[in-house]
Amino acid sequence: MTGHPTLLSAAGIGKRFGGVQALTGVDFTIRHGEIYGLIGPNGAGKTTLFNVLTGIYEPDDGSFTFDGQPLVGLKPHEVAARGIARTFQNIRLFANLSAVENVMVGRHVRTKAGVWGAIARDRRTRREEEGIERRAHELLEYVGVASRANDLAKNLPYGFQRRLEIARALATDPKLLALDEPAAGMNATETASLEALLHSIRRDGTTILLIEHDMKLVMGVCDRVLVLDYGKRIAEGPAAEVQKDPAVISAYLGGEVALNLKGA
Amino acid sequence: MHPILDLRHRPAGALVGLALVAVALLVLPFVLTGIGTFWVRITNLAILFCLLALGLNIVVGFAGLLDLGYIAFYAVGAYVYALLASPHFDIHLPFWIILPIGAAVACLFGALLGAPTLKLRGDYLAIVTLGFGEIIRIFMNNLSQPVNITNGPQGISLIDPFRIGSFDFSKTQTIAGLTFTGPMKYYYLLLLVLIVVIAINLRLQDSRIGRAWEAIREDEVAARAMGINTRNMKLLAFAMGASFGGISGGMFSAIQGFISPESFILVESIMVLSMVVLGGMGNVWGVVIGAVLLSFVPEILRYTVEPAQKAIFGRMILDPEVIRMLLFGLALVLMMLFRPAGILPSALRKRELETRRNGR
Repeated sequence: MTGHPTLLSAAGIGKRFGGVQALTGVDFTIRHGEIYGLIGPNGAGKTTLFNVLTGIYEPDDGSFTFDGQPLVGLKPHEVAARGIARTFQNIRLFANLSAVENVMVGRHVRTKAGVWGAIARDRRTRREEEGIERRAHELLEYVGVASRANDLAKNLPYGFQRRLEIARALATDPKLLALDEPAAGMNATETASLEALLHSIRRDGTTILLIEHDMKLVMGVCDRVLVLDYGKRIAEGPAAEVQKDPAVISAYLGGEVALNLKGA
Repeated sequence: MHPILDLRHRPAGALVGLALVAVALLVLPFVLTGIGTFWVRITNLAILFCLLALGLNIVVGFAGLLDLGYIAFYAVGAYVYALLASPHFDIHLPFWIILPIGAAVACLFGALLGAPTLKLRGDYLAIVTLGFGEIIRIFMNNLSQPVNITNGPQGISLIDPFRIGSFDFSKTQTIAGLTFTGPMKYYYLLLLVLIVVIAINLRLQDSRIGRAWEAIREDEVAARAMGINTRNMKLLAFAMGASFGGISGGMFSAIQGFISPESFILVESIMVLSMVVLGGMGNVWGVVIGAVLLSFVPEILRYTVEPAQKAIFGRMILDPEVIRMLLFGLALVLMMLFRPAGILPSALRKRELETRRNGR
């Protein structure tokens, strides 16, 4: 954090799948410490943008600059090491590992013990293991899953699984936490507590990139919002302004409805 | 630490139990020799299969990579030992030099198999590894010309036993009034190696590396996104599993004194995989139990089916070999129906229950 206001900037990101242009010239910047929303109708390219950012796909055009360094041609695990952690739209926990072990896996990228350490169990490895376990329990406490620390991830209730995925991502000590529809399928109470969690993550210094369909949540937590439609950026700015943007309304409601609204 | 190895926090009763098991294992070869020396040999082979199953468990149980050609690494280890300690090339290196070489060569082959199959999973990986196992066997069968390296289907004989100075593992010897036959000496050596390998397996599982393997097994995409270098971790699993196979192969070579490609056919790979699956994939103790069962039960049947039939029907109705395979197949089908997770449920699930009982 060198006082540089920009954490992540994307310049002209494009991605094609065969004949389908999933993303076209997407530009945006995320500042340190903000919660940045990414919205758009289904199929707008939000998750593709996530996958391009986190190294699952390589962009066909454009580039990302993260924390002052270009993110080019990095593998997903290298992106994680640079400080971007993500969750998945359809939960991807390690189903047959316990909750705490899921989070412990997240510490992998910040720890070093190798095969010899594992076999010899020298003092340094033991200390590292203790640190991993302690941090994992802290994070479970933080997201509110501590009571089920030793349950297998697959046996946790849905809301807990979503939170556990966030804890696992936080375990990699990310500078940017990228959440792909964390509130999907949650009821109002669960969404409210998720909102509180997002606020406290930001308060503790982690920048958040949030894909979300729940507009109430987006409007409640996001400082700024990027709107995608058919792979293109159609609006960007503070949430309240974007909400009134005619292009956004037309993307969500269909062109005619938007025109009628204007006429009315 | 794994509860079984955690001696500091054990109540006295458990310590006594552990001591009893240790004494039983130490006395076992004398008891078996009483029944027949071949039972000690069978036990030795069973321990070798335990070692193999534990090595395969790293690949299949921990990292979730289905490997149907595992016996190839056993073959590599066995041939490395045979070539470096037999009249075939007239090289006679001591075993403590060859075994590490065998492990290293097998490890290299493990990486060789791993590298091109990194993107494959499940059935596809199984087919490629199966092919790899066959390739190795066919090489062993045919590398007798133009330069005779493996001696082809005749195999290599007169392989040196383990020797330390004048102490020869294959010769009968009387120490302190007790007679130790060759197989008995190997038994103690194998037991020692088995304990070490079990400890390594347990420690690996409960470590940063073990968790990374399990993460890959559960969800490779998520594992990668969490910063795990899946390529390196999978290669590591293949290489580690292979080197255990290589060490067991070298010991097999020395104990048998003769090897040929016949010993490394596909059925052997499937047998080792069955041991892992039967015992409980990913559970170290389960895998040991699976290996012991699948090694002993067929042998016990071999010696009981015939007398049993004679006693009941007065004559042989079914060939022992036929009944053996029949019962074996039946046992596997029943297992898959009633305990699909193996004899011992996954270690993780057990850990979960334990900690809950302790009220943590």
